[in-house]
Amino acid sequence: MKAPGFIIAGVVLLLVLVLVAAAAPLIAPHDPESFDVMQVMGAPSANHPFGSDVLGRDVFSRVIYGLRASLAVALASVIGSLIVAVPLGLLAGYFGGWTDGVISRSLDMILVLPAMLLAVTFIAILGPGSTVAAIAIAVIYLPILGRVMRTSALVVTRNDYIAGARARGATHLRVILGHVVPNALGPVTVQASILGAFALQLEAGLSFLGLGAQPPTPSLGGMLADGRDVLIQAPWVGIFPGLAIVLAVIAFTLLGEGLRRVLDPTGVAE
Amino acid sequence: MGRPLNFVLWRLLLTVPTLFAMSVLVFLIIRLVPGDPVRTMLGFRATEENVLALRTQLGLDQPLITQYLSWARGVLSGDLGTDIVTHAPLSELLGQRLPVTFQLTGLAMGLAVLVGVPLGVRAATGGRWTRRLTEGFVVFGVSVPDFWLGIMLVLLFTGTLALLPPSGFVPFAEDPLNNLRYMVMPVLTLAVAETAYILRTTRAAVSSVLERPFVTFLRAKGIAPRRIVYGHALRNAGPAIVTVIGIQVGVLLGGAIVIESLFALPGVGRLVVTGIAQRNYPVVQAGVLVIAAIFIVVSLLTDLIVGWLDPRVMDGAGGVER
Repeated sequence: MKAPGFIIAGVVLLLVLVLVAAAAPLIAPHDPESFDVMQVMGAPSANHPFGSDVLGRDVFSRVIYGLRASLAVALASVIGSLIVAVPLGLLAGYFGGWTDGVISRSLDMILVLPAMLLAVTFIAILGPGSTVAAIAIAVIYLPILGRVMRTSALVVTRNDYIAGARARGATHLRVILGHVVPNALGPVTVQASILGAFALQLEAGLSFLGLGAQPPTPSLGGMLADGRDVLIQAPWVGIFPGLAIVLAVIAFTLLGEGLRRVLDPTGVAE
Repeated sequence: MGRPLNFVLWRLLLTVPTLFAMSVLVFLIIRLVPGDPVRTMLGFRATEENVLALRTQLGLDQPLITQYLSWARGVLSGDLGTDIVTHAPLSELLGQRLPVTFQLTGLAMGLAVLVGVPLGVRAATGGRWTRRLTEGFVVFGVSVPDFWLGIMLVLLFTGTLALLPPSGFVPFAEDPLNNLRYMVMPVLTLAVAETAYILRTTRAAVSSVLERPFVTFLRAKGIAPRRIVYGHALRNAGPAIVTVIGIQVGVLLGGAIVIESLFALPGVGRLVVTGIAQRNYPVVQAGVLVIAAIFIVVSLLTDLIVGWLDPRVMDGAGGVER
């Protein structure tokens, strides 16, 4: 598949998922939190296309609402991380020297713990919930995004046109915003898209452990945990939320792969 | 001969600030809890004496620097603190939990290397179908969340085939056969994604080596293709593969937190999760400390092995001999 194919497939899939998530109240046939004793662990049917769970809640509606929560955390964490990491990486790559040393070493501190462990540690301190999960994931991604941004800013800064702009008397701010930023944003965009996929998996893992979104709010990870307990009697409770995660992860991965081929042919984001 | 020694010393020296940063972070876990951590731990029904006693036991009434120093001294002498629920020493508890985590992650990594490296080589040298199949496997392995895969494995092996127990654990020393039966699904669950990453790296590294001029020369010399691939290309791809394995150990240790909970394995990861649920902060602290320490040691070993495999790496190390 060529690069545009990847991008189109990723964007279309992602758009569909985001639209479904955004329009959850319009699409979901049932209230995701309402119990129905008559429908406990009901198999998939016309009324409940994905079946119903231990409390008789409609799995289809819960998957749609869960998708909403998961996508929100994934997008918020990646965007939040970008807002901090891009300026830091720009400064480090553009000025080099001391600025680079301080910024890069500080960001490296975050890498002393494996990602999942760091997220769990954050939650141990601040308590469980979607917001804390999003903050934790954003912090985990700071060194990764910051490093990619630093490298591409460094490469761009070495170009003669930067020296030229400085020689003409342009201020640092002007050079950074006018020349470095437009030429150096490609790799970090690619990396952000790839990290979107990991953010979804991390969020789902945390919710699965009961550390992310708190019940009764539907979350894909939390639904998987429910599904695990009734796996043999009602496999649909765990299968469908998992498939939703896989679809969303694939959407981000396709997008990232396509963007990589267009925006980062030299592989800075690797 | 000075160069390798300098490299090792420099790399060891670099570990010191990392260990220090990690220890400060772990130390702060209890101290950063919003509000009064002792009251949070003990709950609303705790008496004033209990609160005071625990605060003194944890040393929270001391200045922060004093607290850190006495905590660090304790950790260095093997005292990781006390479980506030069972009052058992945490070093003992971790001694029981660590072997489970080691067995899980060790078997998963072993399996991933044994499958991923040969498949990666095949993917780099094989025909169109080999490429497509391995590419498909990589996308699958990278995109499927491990815990969902684990749930699907339970559905298959326990639900449909009735071959394996869904969860639980027996120590290897007690009943080796049953221990392995319990381990099959958790190990497979963790190994699939790892295999995909190792396969992808091996494929990329071997393909790029095969494009180098010296390989053309070896081919022209009439060296057997097999020997070129395994004797030369894989040897040169070694550092890249080892680097990824080192990074993935961290991912595995993180993954073990979820997988141990999924399969009810009594490892360190599950200990941390139950510790959080019970607000048993000393347990969380000790668990995080041990996993992070293993991670740092593995990173160190990885760099040393890469330096040994590719001595050119050493040049960029200390700046001592250039």
